[in-house]
Amino acid sequence: MSAGVELDHVTVRFGQFTAVDSATLDIKGGEFFSFLGPSGCGKTTILRTVSGFLDPSEGKVRIGGQDMTGFGPNKRPTALIFQNLALFPLMTVADNITYGLRVRGVDRQARRRKADELLDLIALKGQGDKLVSELSGGQKQRVAIARALAVQPKVLLLDEPLSALDLKLRQHMRTELRAIQQQVGITFIYITHDQGEALTMSDRIAVMSDGIIQQVSDGKTVYDEPDTAFVASFVGENNPFAGKVLKADATSAVIDTPFGPLRGRNPKGVKAGDNAILFVRPESLKPGQHGADSTLTSQVTSVAFEGNVTHVYLKGSAKKEITLTVGRHGGTEIPAQGSTTAIGYDPHMGLVLPAGNMARE
Amino acid sequence: MTSKLVMKSMIGFYIFLFFLYLFGPLLVMSVTAFNTPSYPQAVPFEAFTLDWFGKLYNHKAMMEGLRNSFIIGFGVVALSVPVGLAASIIMNQIYHRARSTFYLVTVSPVLTPGVIIGISTVIFWKDVLGATDFTKEYFYKGIILSIFGQSSFVAAYCLLIIMARLQRFDRAQEEAALDLGASYPQVFWHILLPFLKPALISAAVVAFLSSFENYNTTTFAILADKTLVTVLAGEVRQGTTPALSALAVIIIGISLAGAIAYELMKRREEAQAERAKERAKIAERADVGVPVAVGA
Amino acid sequence: MSSRFVVFLIPIVVIAIFWAMANRESKLAHDPTHKGYFERNGMVLGIVFISLVAFWTLFLVVLPYLYMVVESFHPKLVPAKRGGPEDVLTIAQYKSFFIEPSSGDWNTTHFWAFGYTIVISIIITALNFIICYPLAYYMAQAGTLQKVRLLMLALIVPYWVNEILRAFSLRLLLASKGLINQALMGLGITDGPIDFLGNNTGLFVGLSYAYLLIMVFPLYNAIESLDKNQIEAARDLGAPWWKIHRDVVIPYAKPGIASGCTMVFMLSAGSLAAPQFLGGPRTLWFTSVVYDFFFQSFNWPRGAAYAFILLVACILFVMLMLRVFKVSLGETIR
Repeated sequence: MSAGVELDHVTVRFGQFTAVDSATLDIKGGEFFSFLGPSGCGKTTILRTVSGFLDPSEGKVRIGGQDMTGFGPNKRPTALIFQNLALFPLMTVADNITYGLRVRGVDRQARRRKADELLDLIALKGQGDKLVSELSGGQKQRVAIARALAVQPKVLLLDEPLSALDLKLRQHMRTELRAIQQQVGITFIYITHDQGEALTMSDRIAVMSDGIIQQVSDGKTVYDEPDTAFVASFVGENNPFAGKVLKADATSAVIDTPFGPLRGRNPKGVKAGDNAILFVRPESLKPGQHGADSTLTSQVTSVAFEGNVTHVYLKGSAKKEITLTVGRHGGTEIPAQGSTTAIGYDPHMGLVLPAGNMARE
Repeated sequence: MTSKLVMKSMIGFYIFLFFLYLFGPLLVMSVTAFNTPSYPQAVPFEAFTLDWFGKLYNHKAMMEGLRNSFIIGFGVVALSVPVGLAASIIMNQIYHRARSTFYLVTVSPVLTPGVIIGISTVIFWKDVLGATDFTKEYFYKGIILSIFGQSSFVAAYCLLIIMARLQRFDRAQEEAALDLGASYPQVFWHILLPFLKPALISAAVVAFLSSFENYNTTTFAILADKTLVTVLAGEVRQGTTPALSALAVIIIGISLAGAIAYELMKRREEAQAERAKERAKIAERADVGVPVAVGA
Repeated sequence: MSSRFVVFLIPIVVIAIFWAMANRESKLAHDPTHKGYFERNGMVLGIVFISLVAFWTLFLVVLPYLYMVVESFHPKLVPAKRGGPEDVLTIAQYKSFFIEPSSGDWNTTHFWAFGYTIVISIIITALNFIICYPLAYYMAQAGTLQKVRLLMLALIVPYWVNEILRAFSLRLLLASKGLINQALMGLGITDGPIDFLGNNTGLFVGLSYAYLLIMVFPLYNAIESLDKNQIEAARDLGAPWWKIHRDVVIPYAKPGIASGCTMVFMLSAGSLAAPQFLGGPRTLWFTSVVYDFFFQSFNWPRGAAYAFILLVACILFVMLMLRVFKVSLGETIR
């Protein structure tokens, strides 16, 4: 059983500070949906609003079509996985998992059966009598998930649950989470500042900044067709070139950058004279001469060989360097450090967006 | 090198002196409990005897005082620990501007000489309980006033002990329980209270011991009744007998047994925590090796 | 009796003011996380908590204090006359602290007892600081965990023996037939017994002995959290040991020192057992004076007035300590 979650112009204010500004969203039942953004962007506030720990200052939250106003966290069909997991350290694993059933008045034997069933699901069979402190990081993670699933929520909310794990385990848990979601078939709402997690697991992603939802799309669209300068600079590596628009038409625009006029696609319809930013991804930049308005020349400051790829850093206009990434088997010649070299890109791979806030490095 | 050695032996000598100061009088007193002369003396040791312990048992006032001390002690625990718990919870939730005033009111008994607490307790309750004949008859009693007087500062000890632990409580635990459907009272009984249990036990022990030993407040509040300590005070004022030494030996014996039991318990707990950590470490190694096909 | 009833009103007014302020401000500042008190605790538990705390703070702390103060502004009367026309507000009890009402002369006896109590308590406090500081430092910085725990237990165990018996044990040592006089005479150092109790040595030792632990623990707690590297660094820079203590350890341990000193001062100024059992026959400790008003002359109002004078002196001392050490009350009592 899954249910959709609707945010209807949800605004949350703490005194003078607006943490979430008129968020409107429709998350479908059974979807794996992520909120992605830097810390302080309001994503956790949204999660806490959905789970009922916060009341929105304005707007409504609906779950499965039902208005949740006035429903506390213990009355909503949601379950939350906390960032620090918040397992109960004084209870056994089985008691942790069935706590939600205990407060619902389910008798001891039925709880025991449910615990065994869920322990099986999370590959911790026969370990129900252990204490939480005897478990490894990954096992704790699974217990937290089992505990949340035990109450058969319609929506599972996850607040950066993988952030405490080491890299290898984190990557492993991504696949596992996705597998669990597909098996139980309920709505997952996932909060993260890690774009890798968001891109690999989610059906759709909402990118947030300063309390405002910037874009809602699937991962590929967010990466290839960002709506705003923030999304372009936050999701994946990107090289920004800011300047005034020299000329523009329906498909492309040329802007006046410190490296001369450069061209890119123009999906947002910027006009001549606007302030705009051209974004070119490091993997789209290539050494060598390209078209007249898609080539720039700069000095190579450093070269970093990373195995499968090599990063070339060139002097940029501001503090930020230009990054160029070359794949292992491209057969391209890597420019030497200190040399002044021409690099360029296919104008289709350049993207012109209206000037706006960028992600802080 | 030699200066270091001198320093070390000086520190050793100092610590020896310190503990000689601390234990010497008690040791000498203990010896007198087993010596025959009726004036408590350690040297010369004339002959070994256990008579003084028997005298103690037959001391009627002392036995009555002991009984009252226990009643008051349990009364103080029963009143102070719940009060300390309630106060620490309210302290956490209280309106922020009232907090410092509340804090001042609650800790002021700790900083007030016990004599003053005893006097104010008696003066106040004499009028309040004396207001009607019924309360005067049944409640204006030394035992009740002692419980009230002692609880006024013992509850503050309890508050400080419990609050220290409460401040380490992870609010996410509370939220997790709520999120799983628990009501606020259920959170209190299932999550918060078990978490606070160690602090509640320490608070109870501290409360009982402070009550049992108290003299300054009790000597006023006990009115015409007696506790073990007020009986002792009367005895010491009248003169000295090795029976008092015998009592001290018993108390020291119980204390030592308690201390050893505490130490053993602590060690066992540590060993358990250590073992749990070991198991977690072993489980950690297997972490990534678990098949992805969860429950498939 | 009317002045006594006013006492009951004061806390009610204070609570009402805070309640009104809280209500006004919570309306002004919008906080979506805020939950009402009864919402957070449930109705039953909420009422239980409030009743317990109200009983404690009002009936065990605030009202008795205020009531004692009010009582001290009344004349001594037989029970039948209380509340009658003679039961008026008066400062006679406070005046009697300075001028003895029966003779009209300066009340030097009580004045002297008060000054003596305060001065000796300050000396005892300083003495205990000097005795305990090295041990606290050693435990906090030099000792291994096992050793420290053992030392702690060794410190606590004697304190499970009550004050009276500890005073008694010292009396056995210091009496004219006690072990110390036996030793002194046996070694031929003195011819006759020294009257340790009569010359107040017993009182000083008793007070110091009684509150050693009270000094060690706050000092230990404060020094324990000091980073060992800071001391190492100071030592590397060639600072002599006394400079390390003066410039690094003591400034850091200030809250602990303030806490230990305040507690020892309060306890010794308010001590009853040591002066009663270890003081000489002519020693007048201020608490003993108060005690006698209650149990010998049955003059409760005057006893209450004296108790209040002692309380004020203690409060002033606490404030002075906080000022000198520049710490807040919250840091001192933990």
